[in-house]
Amino acid sequence: MKKVMTHLGLALLSTTMIAGATSAETIRWARGSDALTLDPHSQNQGVTHNFAHHIYETLVDRDVEGTLQPRLATEWSLKEDDPTVWVFKLREGVTFHDGAEFTAEDVVFSLDRARSEASNMRQLHVEVTEVRAVDDYTVEVQTTGPSPLYPDNLTNTFIMDKDWSEANDVVEVQDYAAGADNYAVRNTNGTGPYILQSREVDVRSVMTLNENHWAEDTPAVTEIIYLPIADNATRIAALLSGEVDLVQDVPVQDIDRLQGTGGVKIETGPENRVIYFGYRFGEEPLASSNVTDANPFNDPRVREAMELAVDRDAIAQVVMRGQAIPTGVANPPFVAGWTEELDAYPAVDLDRAQKLMAEAGYEDGFTVTLDTPNNRYVNDEAISQAVVAMLGRIGINVTLASRPVAQHSPLVTNNQTDFYLLGWGVPTFDSAYVFNDLVHTKEGSYGAYNGGLFSDPELDAKIQSLGTEIDMEARDATVAEIWETVKSERVLLPIHNQVLAYAMRDDITLPVHPENQPLLTGLTFAE
Amino acid sequence: MLAFIIRRLAQSVLVMLFVALIAFVVFRYVGDPIASMVGVETRLADQEIMRDRLGLNDPVVLQFLRFIGNALQGEFGISYRLQQPVTELILSRLPATLELAFASATIALVFGLMLGVFTALKPRGFATGLIMAISLIGVSLPTFLIGIGLIYIFAVELGWFPSFGRGDTVDLGGWRTGLLTESGLRSLVLPAITLSLFQLTLIMRLVRAEMLEVLRTEYIRFARARGLSQRAVHFGHALKNTLVPVLTITGLQLGSVIAFAIVTETVFQWPGVGSLFIVSVQVVDVPVMAAYLMFIALVFVLINLIVDILYYVVDPRLRVDGGGGGK
Amino acid sequence: MKNPTQGNAAPIVPPRPQGRLKAALDSDIFYSWRRSPVTIIATVVALALILMAVLAPWIAPYDPFDPSSLNLMDGFTPPMTENQFTGSTYLLGTDNQGRDMLSSIMYGSRISLFVGAMATAFAITLGVSLGLVAGYNGGMIDGVIMRIADIQLSFPGILIALLIFGIARGVIPANQQESMAIWVLIIAIGLSNWAQFARTVRGATMVERQKDYVSAAQIMGVHPFLILLRHVLPNVLGPVLVIGTIGLALAIIEEATLSFLGVGVPPTQPSLGTLIRIGQQFLFSGEWWILLFPAVTLILLALSVNLLGDWLRDALNPKLR
Repeated sequence: MKKVMTHLGLALLSTTMIAGATSAETIRWARGSDALTLDPHSQNQGVTHNFAHHIYETLVDRDVEGTLQPRLATEWSLKEDDPTVWVFKLREGVTFHDGAEFTAEDVVFSLDRARSEASNMRQLHVEVTEVRAVDDYTVEVQTTGPSPLYPDNLTNTFIMDKDWSEANDVVEVQDYAAGADNYAVRNTNGTGPYILQSREVDVRSVMTLNENHWAEDTPAVTEIIYLPIADNATRIAALLSGEVDLVQDVPVQDIDRLQGTGGVKIETGPENRVIYFGYRFGEEPLASSNVTDANPFNDPRVREAMELAVDRDAIAQVVMRGQAIPTGVANPPFVAGWTEELDAYPAVDLDRAQKLMAEAGYEDGFTVTLDTPNNRYVNDEAISQAVVAMLGRIGINVTLASRPVAQHSPLVTNNQTDFYLLGWGVPTFDSAYVFNDLVHTKEGSYGAYNGGLFSDPELDAKIQSLGTEIDMEARDATVAEIWETVKSERVLLPIHNQVLAYAMRDDITLPVHPENQPLLTGLTFAE
Repeated sequence: MLAFIIRRLAQSVLVMLFVALIAFVVFRYVGDPIASMVGVETRLADQEIMRDRLGLNDPVVLQFLRFIGNALQGEFGISYRLQQPVTELILSRLPATLELAFASATIALVFGLMLGVFTALKPRGFATGLIMAISLIGVSLPTFLIGIGLIYIFAVELGWFPSFGRGDTVDLGGWRTGLLTESGLRSLVLPAITLSLFQLTLIMRLVRAEMLEVLRTEYIRFARARGLSQRAVHFGHALKNTLVPVLTITGLQLGSVIAFAIVTETVFQWPGVGSLFIVSVQVVDVPVMAAYLMFIALVFVLINLIVDILYYVVDPRLRVDGGGGGK
Repeated sequence: MKNPTQGNAAPIVPPRPQGRLKAALDSDIFYSWRRSPVTIIATVVALALILMAVLAPWIAPYDPFDPSSLNLMDGFTPPMTENQFTGSTYLLGTDNQGRDMLSSIMYGSRISLFVGAMATAFAITLGVSLGLVAGYNGGMIDGVIMRIADIQLSFPGILIALLIFGIARGVIPANQQESMAIWVLIIAIGLSNWAQFARTVRGATMVERQKDYVSAAQIMGVHPFLILLRHVLPNVLGPVLVIGTIGLALAIIEEATLSFLGVGVPPTQPSLGTLIRIGQQFLFSGEWWILLFPAVTLILLALSVNLLGDWLRDALNPKLR
């Protein structure tokens, strides 16, 4: 027995040695964290989706410019006589990894699964009432009212095989409370360009090229070894010592050094994510302030003073090392509704800021606690620290409370913070997504991340009208009006849009994806 | 004998219950498990549904009883983060930690013994002073700084050893080992050294102190007087006498090496239970944290129990005392 | 008091205990101090660092804890080099927020020493009290206390401190966590280090309890606990001092490790450990001074305190432990 083991070990040793000598087609891809699950509808989370996009496919997705692309659906349009129905034409000749054919019943099954109770994707499908197959390659989606932007919500909803799911008892989405885990958490059967070969959670996952994939161009990468490395320094060390080929989460401070290092290069590009500060509205005094008879943030002059005191350019230059685009609006440029005028921000003017503070009755300043995450956005803690110093100059004495995102996020959703940093990505590329969660009064399924409890009934009415407006011009006008108010009222204090950086060995190229979900099929090798 | 063992067992059970209570209470109240489970984009109504499904809205006593009942069956639920059974998760991570712990315990034992004997035999030499000074520096350096320093020098600048992970592993019927591949062994070097330094210092000082003490005894003087060679006196008599306490301490320390691996595993991205624990703390993955704490407690209780019983068997004097488990 | 009711020769009031501390003050110890150049250097370094920390508010060139005095554009200035935007120069450079490294280190050492000293004092108070209680009462109470001490001793301090930090996070309201952070840290580190003291004191107490003067005092109606307190404490001061000194070094390292793991003091009022955590991000980007200077200070501090503890142990115990 022991002998067999040794032989086995030696055999494996020789094969791994071969694999160890990197062939041109294997890419060792390092990230800060691992996918949370393989069940495609269980977690609405960027890293998990990014991983899944290699194995499973969606009806539509976005290219690196952010435009909607056909994937498993080749065409989509509103039904001619009924604006409450979307019609999707499906790609023919697609097979799942196990050989089963991809048809309309799989789409019906998957969309139903994605909007089932246990699914974490269901808020993207709330308006859907029914999904039906018209024929083998046509699917209709019935919504409650006209839902002009529904396809934008589909970019992370993956299609599973109905028969496979039934055979393996994974019709239900993985239920956290259920006693056992679910087959789909660790096994996959998608239509995607790669097939999962092995997976050790948090350690390494291996995927190989799907030879039967429908795409005409065969990707250059034939094998992906996915390596989650949590520690920033270790991750960069691994790239510098040649143990990995591609690092997706590069700390901004290491970009310069990596650019100057032989054999390594950097790709940068803006992410569809804005970093902003939120503050508490309303008459009630702040829990963390020494002003006990009023809420200083509720005074527009204080909010203006704060905007004038914050030096966005300095943050971008020093804290972000140039890897940020300062902005005056909490809306990334990718999103419909963004304009250059909105994006403009005032120059720092401490004199005027101090005058405004005095006018508001706070010439001696006030104290407040700022809550910041420290492991979620690029240099989040350092940005907050810099803002603490900048506000100190106009007398606002800020205590910084820094926490991992797991502890920070509930403070915002439970309204337990007076002043907080948050980043907002917009997967639908539409302003309504920002308004619904950040600006609308916190009620029902609206305003979940409106931690400052801003409330303006007039704006609420306008925001709600966006969901069902079919006249795109009228809709655009409403969006512009809402942004105008949000900006002039200073509902949020936007700082910048994040820039992403990917580092890789210098003979490969992978462009930055605006949602930070790059597909390695787009990776090219230098000749 | 039987009464003694039963009493010890009862004490161990009490200890485990105590730890279980702490595990449960602490982790029930750290952060918000729901917030870390879901994406930022999940709406509040959905979060409330999840809270109900996980039983987080039940009375606390009920939750604790459920926790104990499940723990007895080795059932710690599903990791909030990875959505796999926790027991399975910990078992799959265990080989990595155990291999690291044993490797560093071996390094600590071998070098600790060698240096301890050396410094005891030449207590006034320059080399001894140097070794003692370096060992103190070793104790004064935080583990994470040692790890980062080793990575910087040996992985980045010199490129001799990998900076992270376990390299290639071989699956031996459920036990995934890194000891059979070249890259696995190379990956083990830096983390094992980092983890061993503290224990190495401890063992070295212990051996040195014990040796110095033994060398002063009549027994050694007598051995010398009998004309035995230096070598025979030092290694045949003196060292042999120091080995029992040294091995006991090393055995007891094995448990803390496993737990102490938290920091080392984090720095080297070593896929063991320690790094699983830290990530779980960061994302408030309650079931994993609770299970880890219980696991470590079990390791300690077992090691202590075995040592106690061995002592009892070896040393009859203890049979009178009975109190105080301290060694 | 001068009433020998007991038949035996034992005096009711025993001779003043020949405490090890008293011996320490004899010339022997100064002799051993003078003879060890390493110890002299360690003393000088430790004293210098402690003075620097204590006097920081008066001698530091800047106040890094006053955020309004910082200029972000001063950030990442190398040591003794002019900043390209502001033209300012700093002896040890600045960190990512434009804080003067020298001042940050002085203030940071202050926090680290404060946390270390308070945590150790807390551990001593707790350990000595529990040790006395356990040793005096024996039986059930002793069993419980010492079993807890055993569990405590076999777990690494860092794990216990993480646990206590977790409890605190759950108990303290979110908006007070920052102002309480330093106390949470002190309690967490203190609670993870008390067992050593308890064990030492318990042993000494058990020995003393057997002695005749205790029973004599009991007969006289003096609460024996008071007697024990008076007689045991001086006896254990020596070992407590040794364990305490080494414990101080451990507490400082533990604080740094906790800060490295991200559960330390707020980054606007950094300790040495927090400074190292911040500096570690710049390990590969070339700003070596942000990591190096705080790391060296921490090592010097821990090392010199450790050396002093080591020497104390040898000096107080001629038999080497």
